[in-house]
Order: sequence, then C-alpha cells, then structure tokens
Amino acid sequence: MNDKQKKTLSRIIMGAVFYIIAIIISKISFPYSNWVSFVVFIVAYIIAGKDVLLKAFSNIKRGKVFDENFLMTIATLGAVIIGEYPEAVGVMLFYMVGEFLQSLAVNKSRKSISDMMDIRPDYANLIKEDKSVETVDPYDVEIGDKIQIKAGEIIPLDGIVVCGRAMLDTSALTGESVPRSVNIGDHVYSGSINKDGLLSIEVTKEFSESTASKILDLVENAAAKKSKTENFISKFAGVYTPIVVFAALALAIIPPFIFPDTGFITWIYRALTFLVVSCPCAFVIAIPLSFFSGVGASSKIGVLIKGGNYLELLSNVKTFVFDKTGTLTAGVFEVVNIRPNRISEAKLIEVAALAEEYSSHPIAVSIKKAYKELQEDSNDSNLSERLSDLTEIAGQGISIKVDKETVLIGNDKLMTSNNIDFEKCDDFGTIVYVAKNNVFLGTIVINDRIKESARESLASLKNIGIQKNIMLTGDTKEVADIVAREVGLDYVYSELLPQDKVDKLEEILAEKNTIAYVGDGINDAPVLARADIGIAMGGIGSDAAIEAADVVIMDDNLDNIVRGIKVAKRTMNIAKQNIVFAIGVKAIFLLLAAIGFGTMWEAVFADVGVTVLCVINAMRNLRTENI
Amino acid sequence: MKRVYKLEGLDCADCAAKLERKLAAIEGITSANINFMTLKCTLEAEADKMNEIIDKAMEIISVEEPDVEVRRA
Repeated sequence: MNDKQKKTLSRIIMGAVFYIIAIIISKISFPYSNWVSFVVFIVAYIIAGKDVLLKAFSNIKRGKVFDENFLMTIATLGAVIIGEYPEAVGVMLFYMVGEFLQSLAVNKSRKSISDMMDIRPDYANLIKEDKSVETVDPYDVEIGDKIQIKAGEIIPLDGIVVCGRAMLDTSALTGESVPRSVNIGDHVYSGSINKDGLLSIEVTKEFSESTASKILDLVENAAAKKSKTENFISKFAGVYTPIVVFAALALAIIPPFIFPDTGFITWIYRALTFLVVSCPCAFVIAIPLSFFSGVGASSKIGVLIKGGNYLELLSNVKTFVFDKTGTLTAGVFEVVNIRPNRISEAKLIEVAALAEEYSSHPIAVSIKKAYKELQEDSNDSNLSERLSDLTEIAGQGISIKVDKETVLIGNDKLMTSNNIDFEKCDDFGTIVYVAKNNVFLGTIVINDRIKESARESLASLKNIGIQKNIMLTGDTKEVADIVAREVGLDYVYSELLPQDKVDKLEEILAEKNTIAYVGDGINDAPVLARADIGIAMGGIGSDAAIEAADVVIMDDNLDNIVRGIKVAKRTMNIAKQNIVFAIGVKAIFLLLAAIGFGTMWEAVFADVGVTVLCVINAMRNLRTENI
Repeated sequence: MKRVYKLEGLDCADCAAKLERKLAAIEGITSANINFMTLKCTLEAEADKMNEIIDKAMEIISVEEPDVEVRRA
C-alpha cells in the first residue's frame, strides 16, 4: 500500500465511523436528534467525499464535466437535497471503497508484472585495466569491455566467457529450469543468473541491445499492437459513454411529461443512477490487462509474443506448418552408422575425413568430427602435403588425391558414374559412399536427430484443438517420410527449394484456416512473414529469429509452443468473460435503473465493483503454474 | 524519433485512454501511446518537431491530469 492508499483507507474508516454514529443517532429520539444526526451525516459525507468533491469542482473549472467525480458529486448532492442523507454518505463511502479496491488491484497487477519482468540488473562489475573491479551503470559498459559476474548475480550484458566456469539459471529467458553449464568460449546472455562460480566475460553487445533489454522492450511494446478484441472494446467504450449519457438525459426529461404524477425527482434520480453506471472503466482496464498479463505470463515460460493481436491469432490456429531441420529435428548432423567394406571402421572414417578436409558442408563437418573423436593422437601437421587434386563434382561429391591415391566421396550417383561396384544402403539419413582407386570402401550414414519431445508435443497440439500438422522441407522424400512417421505428421511436402516453401504455404493459406509456421527464423524469414503467425524456435542469442517472427520460442523446446497456445486460449477466455460480465452487469443495472428498481448503491457496484472483479479475473492470467 | 515518459500517479484507465486520444491529436505527431500497466507514455514525431510537440504534450497532460507527475523513462 502506498501513502495515497493509506490516506484513502483512513478516510474511509473515519467516514464509516461517523456514518454509523449518525445512523444510531437518527434511530433514537431525543431533543434535536434530527439536527444532531444531520450534522454528523454531513461530517461523514465531507470526510468520505472530500477528494471527490474537490476534484469535481476543479474539473468543472477546467471544463471537464461528466467524469466519475462529477457524477458522484451530483448523485450524492442530489440525495442530500431530497433529504436522503444516509444514502448520500453510504453511496459515497461505497464508491470510495470501490475506488480503493480498484487501485489496490491495479497496483498489485502492476507489481506482479514488473516483478515478472525484473530480469534486467541495474549494475555491472567492470574489470578495469589495472584488474581492479568497479561497479558501474550497465549503460556505461561498452562492447569489448570485460565484466565480472559473481555467484548469485544476474548477467547484465551479453558476452563470451573469457575466464571461469559456472552453472547458469536461464529460466527467466527460456522458462527452462535445468541449469546450463558454461565454460570459456561460451556465449552467455543477460538475464541469466550465475548460480555458482566466478565468471569474467567479454561484452559483445551494448546494454540496450542485450537479450534481457530486448525481451523487456518486446513485452512492453506488445501492448501497442492491439488485438481485435481490444480494438472492439475501445470502440465500444467510445460509443457506450455518450449513448448512456444521452439516455440519462432523455430519462430525466421525457418521462415526467408522459407520467405527470410521478414527479421530476424520481426521474432525475434514475438518470443520475444511469450516469454512474456509464463509466467504461471496467472495459478499458480489464481487457487490455487480460492481454498484457497473457504476454507477461508467456514471456515467463520462454515464449515471447510480440503483440496482443498475435495472442489472439495464436488462440485460433488450426493448422501448424513446421520446417524440418532445426525445428522438428535437432539440426545437428552426426555420423550414426559406419559400414566399412573389407577395411576397419577407423580406416574408413580416416579416408573420408581426409577427403572432406577442405569442405565446410555440414555433412563434411560431421565426418571430421567423428574422425577426431576416434583419433587418439592428432598429428594433422602435414595434412596439406597428403592431399592434392581436389575436384568438386556438382550434385555428386568430391574427387581428391589422398597420399597420391584417388578417393571418391559422395552419393550413389558418384559411384555409378565412375562404374564402381558398390552396395546400396537404405538407412535413414544422408548416405555417403567412399571409394579409393575405384574400389568401394564402404558407407557412412549421417543423420539429423529428431527432437526427443517432438512426437509428444505434436500429439499435445492435437489435443488442444490443432487440426493439421504439416511439414515443409528441402530434404529428400525418403528422409521427410521417415521424420513424418516418427513424429506423427498429417502431411509432408519434401524436396522444396526455399521459394517453393512460400508457394506451398500460399496453397495451405488458401484453406482460410489460421495458419502458424514454425521455423528457426534463419533462412525461412519469407515464410515466417507470410504465415498468419510466424513462430521462431531457439530465439535466444539469435537476433534474426527475434526480428523475423511474431512469436519467439526462446529455447528449442517444441512443448513451449503448446504452452504458448494454452496461455493464448486462457487469455481469450478471460477477456471474453470480462467483456460478457462487464457489459452484462452494466446492461442489467441500466435496465433496473430505468424501470425504477436500481438504487445508487447498485449503480456504484456496476461501476467500480465490476471493475475490481474484472481486474481480479484478469490477474488469473499471470499465473504460469499448470501451463 | 521516439520519447518515452513515465506518468507517475495515473490511476484511472479511462483517463489514460482519453489522454492518449488527446495526445494523438496533437498536430504533427506520428503516434502517441500510453501503456496503463507500465505507465509508459511513448510519443513519436519527426526530429525537428519533437521539442515543440513535447511542450504541447506536457501542457495537455498537466491540464488533463494535474495529479500526474511526468518523468523521463
């Protein structure tokens, strides 16, 4: 509670005490008791309503009429004039209690949101040239500076570890609770917490460009991209207030002429009740708050959503389109099988690795990596002397001389075109055939691993209402079909060039369902942009992915897509509940007031009470357990 | 060019929405946005008009919401 709230609370309590005393006095009779109770009521009224009355008058002076303060002043002064003192004080008190609860609820939700987003540290330990350490503002740290992070501290800027090792808690960034171990040479991201150890890092990004700052900017700016629901509500609020005000005016003026015996006072009272109900606060707070909490909650589980509009779209997605490499598979190629032909495994890998020495293709890299792992002592010093006459044969492979002997390494076409007698291999993955002096040496099978959780995640998507899971890939039909079977996809489109992927997506988009595309955001930016909603995986550390997508999954976990959708659906539910509840209650009370059953008490409830209930409901959306 | 201010003490959402509409109506402003939850008010305009627009915005804020304290964010 802040000072202002404490003051309001003491005002309410004092007012309530005087109010009760006045009621008691009015019930017992003694000389002048009417006058005494009148005076005590007026004191209670002034204590409770001082702020409202003062604000109303200062607003009128500045030409602002029809705000809440003005309405409450008119309504309660009206009650005083017609002699309903208890009602005047009671309604004013009730209104103050409502405002007080509303301010508590709004502050509470502001605090939960700012706590949730409090991943940005306010200092950095700069290592100076003389090795001394100084605590500085992270804004003052420059690229190339070295900073120190002690155990328990938050990493303030992105960088590379130059000294020390530690376990990092990256849950604020990725939602992943298993700590990550980092060593010299590893990238670390601001917002992670150093759990143990002492790290020195060389800064690679300025504070404002570092991961934690980027995430915060994204979440805060998400509110600017409003969903259809939010736009509808702000339009609705815009017409709602004037309509109710005119209805109130009509209610005050017209009926007394139609029913002359009912009197002006009755209708003016009903019109005032109308005006109190007319405040659109419940909508204008609770609906944006529902969306904002949704964006906050999803960022906490490592799913960045760039706007309320995307939250709304995400809740409506019916078809998911996945990229293969790096999305459904780990995107890391590994040698999974070695099938030598009359030589040892080690010898086959050695020949292959030597032949691929000059290549940086992922396939070549994986063979060289496998060779390094097999090799015990590495003496690569005279490698270039052993290799000569490199020829690349497009679409087939490589021909190179190793120790003056011709080695062929590539696909089956390479073997066929050189008339080599080889054994065709039908394993899953990329098959590399090796031959030396036109003699077949064997095959190496290289494969991209399917993500462990892929199958379950895709099944969970189906459980929460996704109708189709589709995969687009540039890879061969064989590989694509195997992945499709393993993870359980509905449709697969393979052997697509990058531009084909956009065309294919256009075809899928023609179905008029809401389509989400999931990729790694690195070479599929056009497809990400074309889909109704583009989701990038593995966003942490990848500016390209964060830039290109509408939704960024910070780590590689497909399950976070499912969790993101759950948050989106919950957000839409809560927003709809709030809309129906707020509009419904207001409509009922307006009707009751018009036919004479609505009291000022109910009107105040329909104004602030509904707002408080809607805010509390919206705050449910901040919770991340059970998601 | 963008400027971000914090509107301390803005505690009525409807007022925030009204204020946002008034700010967005300033002549020459590109966009005005008030985030009621973070209390941040973002004004965007051409660099050469920025100072003039900020002066106008501050005047509007002080008239509309005299209790609000404006700080640089």
